[in-house]
Amino acid sequence: MDAVIENLPLFLEGFRNTLGLLLLAGTGALLLGIIVAAMRISPVASLRGFATVYTEIVRNTPLTLVLFFCAYILPYLQFSPGYFVLATIGLTVYTSPFVAEALRSGVNGVHVGQAEAARSVGLTFTQTLSFVVMPQAVRMVIPPLINVFIALTKNTSVAGAFFVFELFGAARKVTNDRGDEVLAILLAVAAFYLLVTISLGLIAGRVEKKVAVLR
Amino acid sequence: MTSVLYDAPGPKAVFRSRLFSVVAGLIIAAGLVWLILALGAPKTSANGAVQPGLWDASRWDVFADREVWRTLGRGALNTLRMAGVAAAFALVLGVLFSFGRVSDTKWIRIPTTVVLEFVRGMPVLLMMLFILLVFSTGSFWAGVAALSVYNGAIIGEALRAGIKSLPRGQREAGLAIGLTPVATRFRIEFPQAFRQMLPIIIAQLVVLLKDTSLAFVVGYEELLRSGTSMTNFFGSRYSFSFFLVVFAIYLTMNLLLSWLARIIARRTGSKSGGVTTETTAPPEKPLDPEVTYPAALGNQMGARGI
Repeated sequence: MDAVIENLPLFLEGFRNTLGLLLLAGTGALLLGIIVAAMRISPVASLRGFATVYTEIVRNTPLTLVLFFCAYILPYLQFSPGYFVLATIGLTVYTSPFVAEALRSGVNGVHVGQAEAARSVGLTFTQTLSFVVMPQAVRMVIPPLINVFIALTKNTSVAGAFFVFELFGAARKVTNDRGDEVLAILLAVAAFYLLVTISLGLIAGRVEKKVAVLR
Repeated sequence: MTSVLYDAPGPKAVFRSRLFSVVAGLIIAAGLVWLILALGAPKTSANGAVQPGLWDASRWDVFADREVWRTLGRGALNTLRMAGVAAAFALVLGVLFSFGRVSDTKWIRIPTTVVLEFVRGMPVLLMMLFILLVFSTGSFWAGVAALSVYNGAIIGEALRAGIKSLPRGQREAGLAIGLTPVATRFRIEFPQAFRQMLPIIIAQLVVLLKDTSLAFVVGYEELLRSGTSMTNFFGSRYSFSFFLVVFAIYLTMNLLLSWLARIIARRTGSKSGGVTTETTAPPEKPLDPEVTYPAALGNQMGARGI
């Protein structure tokens, strides 16, 4: 137990970096995901095709490979703004198609009858979207979106394997120094992760219950 | 859906949207060509030495060596082996977890729920390190154990959601004809839940295949590791080439499996329609599990797919 208490500053620093990665990559993925989702439902065929190919490729690439590319290949190609930034880029790119899919399935999840009803009472395209479809879609999108961020929280641990000092990196360093208390150290690190994932999960559950009433 | 949102476009609007589409397509194509050319251009590094471009033959000549391909093949086989073993264990664990979660006995249900929450909230990588250090298994079994526990938990949640979404009458009917509660679960509820959730389960197995690359971090000799060890052997000149080849192999494996998953999902999707109450979805909408089942799955869905 004392190995945990001794190294608490290290863990806290790691936790701060994990949260930093989560916030930065989460924001980036949200922006990129909105763009990709907009391209995927746009009437322009070539944009739609590009977004589909992008989604398929990134979704079928392991995260380790994406981060490996960012950590080794990009510096080799003379682009090296530091590992934290590189990891953020990797996580952003990897998460964006999942965000896009969550958004798209939310928009598709709004019943067609809603749009039909809105159109038949004479609302225009913009009015239909902004007053009828989008308000429902946004509500439906929030729980799956939170779930994407839960997964992102867990995925930040992979960045720890590529020179970023976050929770997983802290765990690796401390377990190297204190091989005798591995169990306590790993449980402590797991507790940090659970703190984020479970609280996000509770929020998702709350929102979901509210949405369920609507349907 | 989109066609409902606006009036059918006239000839002018059709022309304009087609023009826009072509222009956007040209811009995208130009960007890709620029990227390829930029990567192929020779570079001058800081000390004045000129490096050949990334498509230069001197960066690709190792692939004439058959031993290189054999090593990559071994790596790919190791990846598949880990995925296969972990998938088998994950399915078994998933069934056990789902039965534990819907058990009528409190002493089974509550501990299972706690364990599931714990496992699903933790990164797979941490679990791998954990198992590797605490049980000092080899990297293969550490990877297999972590992957099967984590994915087992998610499959278990999916199966539980499947069981919960069945009409109550199914269970009541089973009990009424004199089956024991366990037999009812096994012979009446479980087969239906399994079939209904098959698309989700297979999607999760694709994720499992992707996640085997995490074993790279704990030192398992899988596809990515075989690529990096050969980069070390042949020199960093080849790092981009090896990366690209490994990337292509991964993409091929995953896309094939995803494609297979989609075919199976389509086939079972139409079959299971008869036994469930969820046939109310309009037929023009594709049967996307993420859209059709979110109510039943609750927030459990999230961990899947990533």
